[in-house]
Amino acid sequence: MASLVLGRLLLGAVTLLVASLLVFAGTQALPGDVTTAILGNEATPETRAALVERLGLDRPIHVQYFEWAGRFLRGDLGLSLVNDVPVSRLLDLRLKNTFILALATIIVVVPLSLFLGLLCAAYPNGRLDSSISVVSLFLISLPEFLVGIILVLLFAVYWSVLPATSISGFRSFEHLVRALVLPVLTLTFAILAHMVRMTRAAMLEVMRAPYIEMALLKGASRSRIVLRHALPNALGPIINVIALNLGYLISGVVVVEVIFAYRGLGKLLVEAIGNRDLPLLQAVALIMVAAYIVFTLLADIVARLSNPRLRFKQ
Amino acid sequence: MSAGEATAQAIPRPRRLPPPLACIGLAIVAIGLIMALLGPFLARHGAGELISERPFPAASWALPFGGDHLGRDVLSRLLHAAPVTIGLALGATTVGFVIGLTVGFFTAEVRGNTDTMITWILDILVSFPPKLIALIAIAGLGSSLPILIATLGFVHAPRVARVARAVAMNISAMDFVEAARARGESVLAVMVREIWPSARRPMAVEFGLRVTFSILVLSSLSFLGLGVQPPMTDWGSMVRENMSGIFLGTPAALIPALAIGILTVGINLVIDWIGGSSGRRLTEELSR
Repeated sequence: MASLVLGRLLLGAVTLLVASLLVFAGTQALPGDVTTAILGNEATPETRAALVERLGLDRPIHVQYFEWAGRFLRGDLGLSLVNDVPVSRLLDLRLKNTFILALATIIVVVPLSLFLGLLCAAYPNGRLDSSISVVSLFLISLPEFLVGIILVLLFAVYWSVLPATSISGFRSFEHLVRALVLPVLTLTFAILAHMVRMTRAAMLEVMRAPYIEMALLKGASRSRIVLRHALPNALGPIINVIALNLGYLISGVVVVEVIFAYRGLGKLLVEAIGNRDLPLLQAVALIMVAAYIVFTLLADIVARLSNPRLRFKQ
Repeated sequence: MSAGEATAQAIPRPRRLPPPLACIGLAIVAIGLIMALLGPFLARHGAGELISERPFPAASWALPFGGDHLGRDVLSRLLHAAPVTIGLALGATTVGFVIGLTVGFFTAEVRGNTDTMITWILDILVSFPPKLIALIAIAGLGSSLPILIATLGFVHAPRVARVARAVAMNISAMDFVEAARARGESVLAVMVREIWPSARRPMAVEFGLRVTFSILVLSSLSFLGLGVQPPMTDWGSMVRENMSGIFLGTPAALIPALAIGILTVGINLVIDWIGGSSGRRLTEELSR
């Protein structure tokens, strides 16, 4: 069992390493000229040389990579090219904002999807179950910006009950909650269907077992069977689903933050790409990719640990 | 005429219509394909033609979906952009699909250490977040059609390869494949002539899923301003251009967004119908 977890951790470490190589390769070690990418075509040779000097672009690629990775591991993220502010200071607020958005979404979506998933599993192929399965097929297929636009049109434009953007900073708790409602709803629509379906599938898997039939035969009530007999055994797969969707949230926030002008990591990433701000871009990209990888890794380990057959295999 | 054919004619197989949702899906996909093939010829106005002096002119007989932020006809632009959105998604999916399918079938057929190693690499490639990888690639390499297609192909290939491997594993254990190997057929011949014919249906479902995913990611990239670049337009960049109109209550951004949503829902309805009969349920399959 320990070897299994260790194996996954090793795979995760390799994945992180490859991810850092990809981020580095994608942004700095390009076949094209980095200075042109940052400064544009009209830059003078002097400014180019200064930039090459500053970024250390004249050294061999592998030296650049190890220095970059080393600085990153020590927590030195460098200066933003646009306004010479340390990248870590720019990240501070944005990280917090994205964390708040993700946390709020989890608080809404986890209990809701658990409740709906359990209800679907309690009455499989019933009216609720089949309508949820059709609705979820629709929701899974829709782009986030469509859901976002419809919510803005309804709540911010026609009924004007909620702000359409959250750009003005947070003044009070009430203000924060109002600003969060629409982004959280959009993200909820994006992942709820998937989570309900997976919860349902995990529960039904357990409920096929003979001991559930036994409970049914001895006359236990449906709610007791679902909550006391089946749920504890389905918890592993369900936690796996939650962790997977947390990973999804990390890339999902990019579009949602842009729609609602929410000052989080995702929007920062898009801004950094637009401004050709290399150090900022590398830092944000690596943080987001690493978070995604860690969540999927956690999901995988939980799923394996919770399944005795996988746990004791090998 | 052999006896078998005679019986088949005497008792015609009952041809049932697909279920209603699948019919809707098929109709949507058909309309999408027609728009992709003929869209620019059906459009009444040019893609860049200014119809109105004002931004966001209201819908009228002349402008069925209203105008956009520069006063251009939304419907005409929708038709001009259809080949870009749909063609790009199909192109990117095909690239990733062909590579993934080849790798998946190959690794399932050769087995052994090669298989273990390839599976390990696939495991690593699959654990990268697709949208972020696309964003990073575009940040570094710039946004052009070949880059978009290559990036999405890179995202698709390992995922398709894993599915293809799983499908091919089951098939390659069957007797007729064993017989082909015993005849001394090459790996390539076994892949093409023995495994592929039996893998077509599940792989068709996979292709459909991947097309939907391509459309969604490409549209999101264009929505962020990092996908298709002007003067070329796709539906995602139409949404982006007209976002400012949302706050004025005009539908100029909603229409292309709806077009994307309707198309992806339509494709998924068809996949769900095809996949449902072969035991694969879309909603539980979607890996994100």
